[in-house]
This record gives sequence, C-alpha cells and structure tokens, in this order.
Amino acid sequence: MNVSLNWLKNYVDINIDEEELAHKLTMAGVAVEGIEKVDTDHVLELDLTPNRGDCLGLINIAREISAITGSQLKIPDIKIKENHENINDYIDIEIADQNLCKRYAARLVKNVQIKPSPTWLQEALTNSGIRPVNNVVDVSNYVMLETNQPLHTFDYDLLGSKKILVRRALEQEEILTLDESKRKLDGDMLVITNGEKPVAVAGVMGGYNSEINDNTVNVLIESANFSATSVRKTSQKLGLRSDSSIRFEKGVDVNGTIFAVNRAAQLIQKLAEGEVVAGILDVYPQPITNHTIFLRAEKVNDLLGTNLSIGEMEEYLLSLDFKIEKEKNKLIVEIPTYRPDLEIEVDLIEEIARLHGYDNIAATLPEGVTTQGGLDDYQLFRKKTSTLLAKNMLEVINYSFINNNMLDKLLIPGDSHLRQVVKVANPLSEEQGVMRTLLLPSLLTNIAQNLARRNENLSFFELGSVFIPREGDLPTERLKLGAIVSGSSEVNWLKHKIDYDFFYLKGILENFLDGIGLKEYEFMTFSNPSYHPGRTAKLLIKDIEVGVLGEIHPTVLDNFDIKQAVCAFELDLDTLYELMEDKMGLETITKYPAVERDIAIVVHNDITAKQILNKIKKNGTEILQDVIVFDLYTGEQVPDEHKSLALKLKFQAFNKTLTENEVNQVVDNILNKLNELGAKLR
Amino acid sequence: MLEKLKTIKSQVQEKLNSADSLDDLQRLRVKLLGRKGEMTLLLRGLKDIPTEERGKVGKIANKIKVELESLIKEKEEKIKERDLDLRLNEEKIDVTLPGLPLSIGAKHPLTQMTEEIKSIFMGMGFSVAEGPEIEADYYNFEALNIPREHPARDMQDSFYISSDIVLRTHTSPVQVRVMEELAPSLPVKIIVPGKVYRRDDDATHSPMFHQVEGLVLGERITFANLKGTLMLFAKKVFGDELEVRYRPSFFPFTEPSSEMDISCVNCKGQGCRVCSYTGWLEILGAGMVDPRVLRNGGYNPEKVTGFAFGMGVERIAMLKYGVNDLRSFFDNDKRFLSQF
Repeated sequence: MNVSLNWLKNYVDINIDEEELAHKLTMAGVAVEGIEKVDTDHVLELDLTPNRGDCLGLINIAREISAITGSQLKIPDIKIKENHENINDYIDIEIADQNLCKRYAARLVKNVQIKPSPTWLQEALTNSGIRPVNNVVDVSNYVMLETNQPLHTFDYDLLGSKKILVRRALEQEEILTLDESKRKLDGDMLVITNGEKPVAVAGVMGGYNSEINDNTVNVLIESANFSATSVRKTSQKLGLRSDSSIRFEKGVDVNGTIFAVNRAAQLIQKLAEGEVVAGILDVYPQPITNHTIFLRAEKVNDLLGTNLSIGEMEEYLLSLDFKIEKEKNKLIVEIPTYRPDLEIEVDLIEEIARLHGYDNIAATLPEGVTTQGGLDDYQLFRKKTSTLLAKNMLEVINYSFINNNMLDKLLIPGDSHLRQVVKVANPLSEEQGVMRTLLLPSLLTNIAQNLARRNENLSFFELGSVFIPREGDLPTERLKLGAIVSGSSEVNWLKHKIDYDFFYLKGILENFLDGIGLKEYEFMTFSNPSYHPGRTAKLLIKDIEVGVLGEIHPTVLDNFDIKQAVCAFELDLDTLYELMEDKMGLETITKYPAVERDIAIVVHNDITAKQILNKIKKNGTEILQDVIVFDLYTGEQVPDEHKSLALKLKFQAFNKTLTENEVNQVVDNILNKLNELGAKLR
Repeated sequence: MLEKLKTIKSQVQEKLNSADSLDDLQRLRVKLLGRKGEMTLLLRGLKDIPTEERGKVGKIANKIKVELESLIKEKEEKIKERDLDLRLNEEKIDVTLPGLPLSIGAKHPLTQMTEEIKSIFMGMGFSVAEGPEIEADYYNFEALNIPREHPARDMQDSFYISSDIVLRTHTSPVQVRVMEELAPSLPVKIIVPGKVYRRDDDATHSPMFHQVEGLVLGERITFANLKGTLMLFAKKVFGDELEVRYRPSFFPFTEPSSEMDISCVNCKGQGCRVCSYTGWLEILGAGMVDPRVLRNGGYNPEKVTGFAFGMGVERIAMLKYGVNDLRSFFDNDKRFLSQF
C-alpha cells in the first residue's frame, strides 16, 4: 500500500520528518518498507500484516500516527445539501444472500458534470498508485483510500431498471467487466444485478455496460459490505484482483459504509456540481455493534514482564480512540468494529505493548526450574549416523516428492509395496506428484545432474523420510539412509586411486555399522529389480532385512542417462535403530603378543568368502582373533572356475604367549575343515 | 712390549683416519680387540712379563686399550652422524607436491546450520521434539487458531493429500502435539527442527524448506523472556556486536506477536542490497502463545503462559554462510556441498 504523506496530513498533524515517522510506524507494527520522494510529497510504502486491513484506509493510518505522536486525529466533517426528492422513488435494494452481503447502502447524485478532477485529487491518487479517470470515478477511489470502504459508482440510467438485487450468480452466467473482458461466473460468486442481469461482480469489479462515462448524468454510489472469503475466492477464480477486492479480502468495517457513501456524495456534489437526492438506501439485516473487552492490569504486566500502571495502560488505549470504563484494576474497553482484530484480552495487551514500544520492554531470561534438555537416544543415533557418513561422503537434501514415473525408471514392478505412494492432491507439477517411498530416485538424479555438469567422482548420502499410505490415518513416515557413489577417488601422482565400486561402498557401510557399535550383521546375495542381479546384497541384522547394497542395474542407469557404473545402498534407519543393542559391548585388550599366519587356498568360484570365513571362525578356537582377506586371484596357475584367496589369520591368547605348536595345531585343523569346502592349500 | 703397544696405537690411529664406514670400524675393532685381535693377544702376553714389571706394563697397556676403544667409539659416532646426514639428505622430498586426495565428506549446510541452532538452544536447557511431515489439518491449522477461511488453508498455498491431510506448512503443529502429550506438566522447553512445505517455487521460495520452531511454557513466562532468549540466540549465531530489535507483527497462534530483526550482517546496519537499504534483516517470528492455542494443547491460559518462535533455516544459513541463491541448497551440486 502506497500512502501519500501530504494527503495523510489532512487527517493528522505530522511534526516529525518522514524518516522518523516511518521508523515510529514500523516499530508500532505498521511496517514502512520504503519512502519515495515525489515532487513535494513523500510516498510511504506500507507492508501491512494481515490483521491490520483497516490500515488500507488513510484515516485509520492517521489514527495510528495520532496514537504514536500524540497529534489530534482530524476526521473530515461531512455536510451534504440534499434535494427534496426521495431516493426510494429511484431505486429499490434487495439482498438475496445475507451471508455474502452483510450490508448494502446507496445514494444517488443527479445531474453531474463529468470532467477531469482538480489537480489536488489527481495528485493524491497518482501518488497512491491509482490512475485518475474522471471526477466521479476519482472520488470513489479517493474515498476508498481515505476510509478503506470500497465504493462502486454506476451510471444510474444505464442500469436498465430501478432495482438492485444482490444474489449469487447463476451457473454459466456472464458479465462484461470494466476491463472489457467477458467473465464466466458460477454459483459461488456474488453479483450485483439490476434484478435480471449482473451489473457488477460484488466487491471485485463493476460491469462495463453501466460504468461512468463522459455522458453520465445520474450516479448511483454503492457502499456495501461483502464477505471476505467470497470476494477472495471469486477474485482468485476470475484471476482478477482489484483495489476493492484486496480490501474486502482483508475485511471492511460494516459500520463504515454510511460515512463513506456520504463522503462520496459530498465530494461528487462539490466536484461535479451534482444534486444529491435526499435519503440513503441502507439494507443492513443484522446490525453488528461494538463489543467490549475486559482488561486486567495485572495480566498485562504478567504477560509482558513490565511494570506499567493502569493509568499508563488507559492512556495508550485512549490514544487509539477507544471508549474505556475503569473499574478497580480493570479497564472495560469498547472495541470499534473497524478493529475486528481485537477480539480478546491479549489483543489489547498487544496494543499496549506496541504503543509502549517493544524496545522499552526488558530482555530477561526465564527464571525458575528448567528442563533437562539435550538430544534423546534416537536423535543422538541420527546425529552419529550423519557424522559417520560425512567422513567420506557429501550429504544431500532432496525434495520429499518425486515424479511417479521414477518408479518405472527404477524397474519397480507394479505390485511392489514401493508403488503404494502418497499422492499430492495439488502438486505444482508432475515432477513433484507423489511422496517418495525410497531415496534411490533422488540420489540417482543427483548423480545424473552432477555428471552432466562434469562433476566427477561422486559420493553422496541422504537421511530422509519416506511415506507409506495408511487407510484412514496419517501416512507412516520412516527414516531412510541412502548412499550413492560413482567414479573413483581423485587421480593423483601417488597412484593411490580407489574405484568407487561395490566394495568401496560396502566398506563405507561396514565402517558405519561398526561405528554405531553393531557387531552382528551379515550380507547375503539378493535380487532387487533396480540393482545388478549379480552384484547385490541385502543387509541382515538378527535375520531381519534392513537394507540393500549393490551396483545399479545398467537399464536403470540408461533410464537416468548415466553412462558409468553407480553403486548405492539404502537402509531403513528406524529398523536398524530398533535392532541396536543398548550397550557398546567393549572388547578386552590382551597384552600377550599376536602370531600371524598367512594361508592361500584355491576353491571353486561357487564357494563364497562368507562360507570360508565362517568355517575358519568356527574352527579357529578362542585364540583366533581376526581373519583378513588380503588377496583374491584368478587366472594362471588356478584351475578354471576356481579362485585363489589369501588370508591372514591372527592368533592371540588372553592368558599367555602362544607357542608355535599351539598355533600350528589350530591352523592344521582349519585347513582340514576347509577341505570340506573343496579348498586346497596353494 | 711397550714398543709394540706404541706401534699398534699408531697403526690404529692411521686406520681410524682412513676408516670410512661402520664396516671398516668393525673390522678394525675385530682385528684389534677380537678374540684373536692384536691387542687381545698382546694383553694375553702380559703373563709372560716379569712380575715386577707386569703391573706397570699392564697399566699402560690397559690405558692404551681404553684409549683406542674410545677413539674407535668416537669415530663410530662421527660416521653414524655423517651417515644419518647422508640418509636424511637422500630422503629429501618435494613437500610442495600435493597430498593424497582423500575423499572428504561433509554434512549438508542446512544440517550444519540446524545442528548449530539446536546446540545453542540445548545449551539453554531446551530439548528437541519432532513431528510428522504429513499432518492433519487440525494440528497444522485449526489448533493453531488459523480459521478455515484463512488464505493459508487454500489449495493455492498449501499441498494437500486429502481434504483434511496436508503437507505441514510450518513446524508449529508440533507445538500442539507436544502440549497434548505433556499437559499439564511444566515447564516446557522445546525446539522443533524439520522440513516444511509450501506451494511456491521461484527464486526466493522453495516448495520444501526447513524451519526450527521453539516453545517455552511456564507459570511466569513473559514477553521479556522471549526477548532475552532470542537475543542470546541471535548473538550466539551472528556475533556479540550484533544489534537486535523487535517489531510488532501478526501470527494467528501468538499474541502479542513480534518479528525479530538483526542489524544487517553484510553492511553492519549501514544499508546495502542484502537488507534492502534498511540496515535490518528479519530473521524470525515470535510471540506469546495465544490463549486459544494453550487451551487446545490442554493448558489453562489463566495459569500458564509461554512464548513460541519460528525461523527459516535456509534464511539463517544464507546470511551466516553468505549463500546468495536459495536454490543452491537443493541443487546438490558437488562443488557447492564440498565447501561446507
């Protein structure tokens, strides 16, 4: 809202400069965003909060200034010379929908002379951002800005009847609005009709056919009160926002209609030499009166942390023009209907606080008992998770919604539970059409986008919720941990380049599982439609599936336009957390020396590392502390379909130094047992 | 015998001079002091010397032996020192060559910012509460005193799943959930971080973003407490020299309501592009919990008061880290993420 300072001075004396005024208004809750100098005027750009729609009228802004600065508010005095006719002979008003139209008042001014407005009026409007048209239209805009009551002026003779009927539009009804476009109406919209046809969309815009024009002689001034919601919805549906609709949306004072219609009649009489027909038509089926709020002085100070006297409180409220009765420690305040934002006691406490100045209230910390604070175990667990992953990977944050076709791209079958998605009813686009059921599509998109920008060697992780629909309830939300890698570590002169492949990512995952203190977990061969059938594992904890790790299926990569291998894992972090042990389970450290033995065995390709390691661990007795696979070899000197594995066994006792003999016995036994898997010492 | 000793001594000294390695020295030592070494043999010959002279000769012989040993030792130290110098010199590397490029990870800047915000409030005794991202419209709107006709409840501004389920538009619904759970116990001191959603997508709006909400309830919680708590927070994030101001504002769920501004972190309040030449930056909204909201949460507003606040994590992070484009947070470009 743009406000001309010169115009504002008609209603209140302003003895401070515009900068100081802007600051004071801002600090009192009427935010001034900017000041623009226009010739001899200054224009204040107001950024009003939604509860202060009243400040879209200059008199109400002036009231604020009067309260802040102590200058007297000057409300224009209205004197109208009426003729001896009766408006009832000219027009009849009926409101068919009293929910959408609370009041409809009108006056008639006859024999006007349409001409340009005087300079002061044109300037006032121009500086407020409204284009001057002619004296009658300008007056209606002027009074709207002055009082916040939108007015509409009809060419009485073009109405085509002596009747105003306010009703809902009929389905498919049409109107040509002032901006010369044809508007299709529907039954939710309120229209002003001449008894038959619409002549205006209530509170939004007038009709073209009855608008004021150079030949207009008789002017009907409408000053009405339309429902905020109805005007908002209508204006939205028609894609039409006007100075009028903006005001109705924020609420217009139902008891301000008469002042505004009289003010307009007075000005049209003065500027267009019109003759005002005696009487006001005023249909106001359910009058609304001022209500009162009881304000307890003690409550004010208790809530604000201030020490104001009841006298000071009264003074602040009086400065806003409120009528007040005083009881012992209580003020009974009558709230004018132009301040619908003031409903209960705390609303008045805010009025006192803002006029006292928020800056004049102390800044203290709460006293007394506090709470334990801090993170709970689940929150600590998540923090640790991201800390561990962030050692090697960059964390990404993706939108929770995805395009449903991502699930096709991931080759997820139609009957998969991952297809049970929560749909957004009104997405901005199909790209954001459904809530994700897994993180993989977002992570693959991150890889594709980064590669397209020539960012190589990628390694990302994300912690985010997925959503599962539930009948008759809010969807279930589960926290997932996803990670994705592609490329290798950076090239370097030391030639320590590591490929970001399955085992690199598995290492990161194992590192994470170890880091959170999980000891018992296993990986098993697994098939998942989005992953490479021969390079995918599932992670099991206590026999419960917690997630998947693997190389992405080449077809899926194609679908995402990715031309290089990608590996990913995705875990259900909530399940993982539920399966975690309470204690860390620290291992004792022995002081006796360790003995290491390297063995190399040849086995058939079908025998997995897990089978071999299990066999070794089972037969290693309590002195076997660790087994490390340090080489895998196929090729020359190894039979077809066989592989050679080199293993380092570490033995250590807790009570003594081991002898060669003791170790040899165990190793021999292990080799014997490995024979059962067809393993031969190489 | 003494002659022999002298000869040996001078020979040894000569050889010591020409010795160039620890091996040379070892050879010399064996030749001289080994089991069949010259000195050993010579000393063994002492027994053949007449008794009266033996003592004197023995003394001299021993003295020479000790002397030679220490000479060898001395030489050995020198050679060792020289060898070490040589080795160190050979082992010289070009320290300006780049180090091994480890794959370096990082938490997302918004995670880092959220953690910082959380830790500041946890230091003041707050705990962290969370709630669902998909929310009943009762909690998201109704219970927070946002009436059905409010524009925020339009399909225009909020993402709906069904007529009464919405993607939460703020973290405030968690306030009510926590109150319902804890009422009537006091005090309540929580912050609520999380993702929120609004139907807006342009240069300065993201359909998903992050908020941190706060709620403090007690028997004598005042607006002054709100000011004090949030001022401490702002100074902790942006520095002690920061100025803070509170302006009246409006939120349906607080009354009185306030906007907290800080002096512009870019121009220190002088006025610049970042603060639209006002010198001030709006960073959070706050207010005293509306009595209707307290009642919805199960607290008696005649006995309990409290304050609530909410801030956008993106906004704070942009100011703190100097990020110019909101969208870079969700773009997930490696070059951006690896700077944090």
